[in-house]
Amino acid sequence: MSTLLEVSHVSKTFSMGGLLSRQHVQAVQDASFTLETDRPEIFTIIGESGSGKTTLARMILGLELPSEGEIRFRGQTVSHKAPRAERLAFMSHVQPVFQNPFEAFNPLKRIDRYLASTARRFLDLSDESAIDKVMDEALHKVGLSLAEVHGRYPHELSGGQLQRCAIARALIPNPPLLIADEPVSMVDASLRMSIVNLLKALRDDFGVSVIYITHDLATAYYISNRIIIMQKGRIVEMGDARTVLEAPEHPYSRLLKASVLSTEDAGAGKLATDPEMVRVAGELAAAPSSHLAERPDGRLVRVYEGA
Amino acid sequence: MTQDILKVNGLKAYYQMNYFGVEREVRAVDDITMTVRRNEVYGIAGESSSGKTSFIKVLAAAIRPPFRVVDGSVEYDFSGRTIDVTTASEEEVEAIRWKHLSYIMQGSMSVLNPVRRIGKTFEDFAARPLGLSGRAFRERVVGHLAKLKLPPNVLNAYPHELSGGMRQRVTIGLATVCHPEFIIADEPTTALDVVVQKEVLSLIRDIQREMGAAVIFVTHDMSVHANVADRVGIIYAGRLVEEGPTREMFFAPKHPYTAHLVASLPRIGDTSQRPALEGRPPNLADPPQGCRFHPRCPLAVDKCRREVPPLETVGKDHRTACWRWEDVEPLDHVHQAHSREAMA
Ligand SMILES: Nc1ncnc2c1ncn2[C@@H]1O[C@H](COP(=O)(O)OP(=O)(O)OP(=O)(O)O)[C@@H](O)[C@H]1O
Ligand SMILES: Nc1ncnc2c1ncn2[C@@H]1O[C@H](COP(=O)(O)OP(=O)(O)OP(=O)(O)O)[C@@H](O)[C@H]1O
Ligand SMILES: [Mg+2]
Ligand SMILES: [Mg+2]
Repeated sequence: MSTLLEVSHVSKTFSMGGLLSRQHVQAVQDASFTLETDRPEIFTIIGESGSGKTTLARMILGLELPSEGEIRFRGQTVSHKAPRAERLAFMSHVQPVFQNPFEAFNPLKRIDRYLASTARRFLDLSDESAIDKVMDEALHKVGLSLAEVHGRYPHELSGGQLQRCAIARALIPNPPLLIADEPVSMVDASLRMSIVNLLKALRDDFGVSVIYITHDLATAYYISNRIIIMQKGRIVEMGDARTVLEAPEHPYSRLLKASVLSTEDAGAGKLATDPEMVRVAGELAAAPSSHLAERPDGRLVRVYEGA
Repeated sequence: MTQDILKVNGLKAYYQMNYFGVEREVRAVDDITMTVRRNEVYGIAGESSSGKTSFIKVLAAAIRPPFRVVDGSVEYDFSGRTIDVTTASEEEVEAIRWKHLSYIMQGSMSVLNPVRRIGKTFEDFAARPLGLSGRAFRERVVGHLAKLKLPPNVLNAYPHELSGGMRQRVTIGLATVCHPEFIIADEPTTALDVVVQKEVLSLIRDIQREMGAAVIFVTHDMSVHANVADRVGIIYAGRLVEEGPTREMFFAPKHPYTAHLVASLPRIGDTSQRPALEGRPPNLADPPQGCRFHPRCPLAVDKCRREVPPLETVGKDHRTACWRWEDVEPLDHVHQAHSREAMA
């Protein structure tokens, strides 16, 4: 079995603040997982805001180098410092959908020009009508069309339209691996389901693997094969998505599931969280020494020494 | 002092453009009349690109060409002082910003200057309205950020050094630290995990209650509306098509589009296909005749194709724009099962 992506004991430390108040942030701590080539899957990363999900995605894309550990794509170490041709080949195989489309798009560049340059660069197309056709097809997959975005700048589109353009752009090179950082956070429930179904179809019909970063436990349950749950830079639980989400074991995972808002009490104004659950999960995040332990059902759960 | 803090009357606001010599008009806000009361949270939902952001941009007096108010008024009553932001001068609008009226924009972190530390940005916007400086100011801000689950050291950070959700919370912090009377928020919690999201929503609601302030917010997340809003309004193709008390909107919707929205929510533990809406979103440059929802509506009859349904009152605080509102039923089993007992 060949390996598509191997994330091996990866950590990332940032230093932040001025000279006098410099602080170190451990954004990701010792993350490891593997995606296999012949088992395309939707691999979901869920977790606390600020727990290192985007940092992990940026390292997989080679935009950020790990402080420790290594990431390999098809056996080759991922790095933005790779030779140009190698880097270009990598980029055509691993495409990103960035977290916030308002920040990701250059405000001065027309959306269609953006998509066209992706087509030109990775598909080696130069014929205008062929490029238009590729763009239109990609846009149709996300419920848009070239006619709707033609000539328009990012600020002229709604949040959901922009987010869908970002997905369409990433689909153009037909990548075997898609890294989607909260790709559907700005679209309505109906469209969200159709985009999530599109990711599913990419996996099932075209063998594309997707790393799906989201805060939405319901769509995660609906499409994921495996899931990891992160808290303060650490993976706290990892395994088959339905097994984990149906009966989460780690206190933070349980807190997450218990905090999902429901519509069944619509109008009752329920926003309280069990303070005991919050306290327990918070204490573990600060625990110094821990490791992932395997359970009989195959999941990995972080356990704490001396706890 | 009246009960209403905001009155929107017959508001029409269009993007009027000239594309390669062709005139084009996107009617993003097309005849909206509604009010927001003091001491209430009003939630807005609707399809992607239906005009929600456009609508609240007008409310926030944050519009610029080619977007123009074509007709109607947007009148605030701040402690007895009224101001129509569609006609007010820039100085008048600046005078109410942050202290009386604050606006959290969708996705855009443009209030955060990329080369300025977060702490400096707080000083720029909030020090004067709060009338605080030095230690006292810093303490106030740190205390406020703590409620958003942000540590004090974010004040030393540059925007790019924070995660997406941290930046989003910083903008919420900026918009709420002065405790304004009216808060406008566009998708304020999209980048937050569900635990932090609850904390942030609680904070917004606490500020609102403490001050008797009003909040109007847009989100696609219907479960947020369910737990935060007092009333919910649904926008479809530039129009307000239904508004009502939160509970009724979920359990006894009176517009087929609302019923669809509520039913399209996926749930953990459920992998069944959700009913998708047929057809494409309407083109706001050339919207359908009659009811704009008719091409996609399961209940549409001839009349719907010809005549625009007015937004009529169908219950206390409940208005809908549908010729067939009496035939609308909740579409999914969860809300159906609850609907009778819940509304009894
Ligand atoms: N360039 C940077 N310099 C310094 N610190 C950084 C930098 N990028 C990220 N961080 C820090 O690393 C941590 C993890 O951030 P990251 O963006 O990976 O979180 P996330 O899980 O994606 O969160 P969210 O759900 O809010 O998007 C945060 O504490 C953040 O402040
Ligand atoms: N500056 C602009 N120029 C031209 N058209 C615009 C501009 N801004 C928005 N539009 C168009 O106006 C319509 C309404 O956009 P708006 O941003 O109000 O939608 P929305 O309901 O907030 O959608 P979303 O939920 O996706 O954010 C869309 O068709 C959009 O493309
Ligand atoms: Mg992130
Ligand atoms: Mg919007």
